[in-house]
Amino acid sequence: MQEKHRGLALFTILVFIFLLGPLVIISITSFESGSILKFPPEEYSFRWYENIFKVEMFLSTFKTSIIVSIAGNILALLLGVPAAYALSRFNFAGKGIINAIFVSPILIPGIVLGFSFLRYIVVTYNLPIYLSLFIGHTVIMLPFIIRVISSSLANFDFPIEEAALSLGATRIGTFFSVVLPNIKSGIIAAVMIAFLESFNNVDISVYMTGPGVSTFPIQMLLYVENYFDPTVAAISVLLMFLTAIFMFAVERLMGLSYFTKR
Amino acid sequence: MKKRYLYLLLLPGVLFLTIFLVIPILSMIGTTFHDEGSFSLQGYIDFFKDKYFIDILLTTLRVSLLTTFICILIGFPVSYYIAKLPSKRKAILLLFTIFPLLTSPVVRSFSWMIIIGKNGVLNKTLLSLGLIQEPLNILYTPNAIIIGLVHLFLPLIIVTLVGVMENIDSDLLRASESLGASKIATFMKIIVPLCVPGLVIGSILVFVGSFTAYTTPALLGGKQRVISTFLYQNAITLNDWKLASIVATIMIVVTFIIISIMNGVAKKLNPKG
Repeated sequence: MQEKHRGLALFTILVFIFLLGPLVIISITSFESGSILKFPPEEYSFRWYENIFKVEMFLSTFKTSIIVSIAGNILALLLGVPAAYALSRFNFAGKGIINAIFVSPILIPGIVLGFSFLRYIVVTYNLPIYLSLFIGHTVIMLPFIIRVISSSLANFDFPIEEAALSLGATRIGTFFSVVLPNIKSGIIAAVMIAFLESFNNVDISVYMTGPGVSTFPIQMLLYVENYFDPTVAAISVLLMFLTAIFMFAVERLMGLSYFTKR
Repeated sequence: MKKRYLYLLLLPGVLFLTIFLVIPILSMIGTTFHDEGSFSLQGYIDFFKDKYFIDILLTTLRVSLLTTFICILIGFPVSYYIAKLPSKRKAILLLFTIFPLLTSPVVRSFSWMIIIGKNGVLNKTLLSLGLIQEPLNILYTPNAIIIGLVHLFLPLIIVTLVGVMENIDSDLLRASESLGASKIATFMKIIVPLCVPGLVIGSILVFVGSFTAYTTPALLGGKQRVISTFLYQNAITLNDWKLASIVATIMIVVTFIIISIMNGVAKKLNPKG
């Protein structure tokens, strides 16, 4: 029996080398001082980290990505929190259909969603690209916001709300003073997960680039197609830092269970 | 009173998604059935007659199926091992699983370009060990896409399966063993069947994810088109929006067929849901 477990442990180690190895390799190559990606690097330097800040398009698309993700997140919260509350709190006719509408951005393939945005929001509705990007990102963030906040509301004891109401508080007052503080950590976790989802998005953003407007991942893709120097490896390391910070925050707020529930 | 609140809470979100998601998608699907103003299936007939399109569709299906199969084959034993670990070590391994899951797909695909490229880490290592004489041609082939997709989706199936395996009542396992079943019999007769609903959900996620993935095939596939890169090419490079809409509609239909078949299977296997 001991034998079998040792085999399984070894197998697991190999799988984790497969999962994390590429990320380690990309991190090491980012310190190469020459102009071609090499592993292991011949001489180590921070040259390519400096290069990130010299390429104008990286700075401007980074700004676009941050603005679009934050603005989209705010709108998704304004639309999503009331909806998540209504869906968790009340039973009503047509709940299934409304639920389906709210999860549909996850079910429809991203690359299809992006095309329909290009065709209708950019071209037919004739909205500027920047605004279309913001709307598109709001659409894909909404299901994440609703899902995380709903699971947070599932743990909320609604009789507490009834108590506040019966003691004479208004519905809106009760929501802000009783419900909201109780799901605060869920909301913060939802914002972080939605932010990562939006910030890393390629499928939708790839259709919405115009004169001077593009997002950070799209700029990375473009750069990789044209140059094979370690700049993108250096960017990858910075992005992994960002991911790690967000992941630990979500873990503190919601626990790891968020990720293992489907 | 209650009703009015309900509408106020739901209306903004529903309205927003209707204008910016439901109507665009339905209009897009609608245009694929029109030909100069009248109803027609000609676009679809042409699509399924063209060998080039069918090739792309079949390649995509094959790549997705293989990816799903490999993910289950690797993911199942690893999840079993993780689920049985004491909680502290389990948490560490789960963090290592979730970290790649949240990392940008561009970063993850790019890292594979460094590894499997002609002058990549893998070829250099194998050449210096004398295991191969010529560098292997992996990058820009369907196999490269499969490697990238397995890397992309393996964490997803691991977290799904660990979640399911954690919920298996350990009393069941003790009961089975105390009644004389061997460890292997317990595994096959109790653990595997109880994991099937999780396996089904995990397979849906991996298969649909692989079928519709764009970044990984775009970076690792080279000239090898899959359906998502083909859609993008028609929409942007060739500006053939009619064909792009047909491809998009086919992708939606295939996705929904897969989800409903697998959900049916899951319901049948687990009537309690």
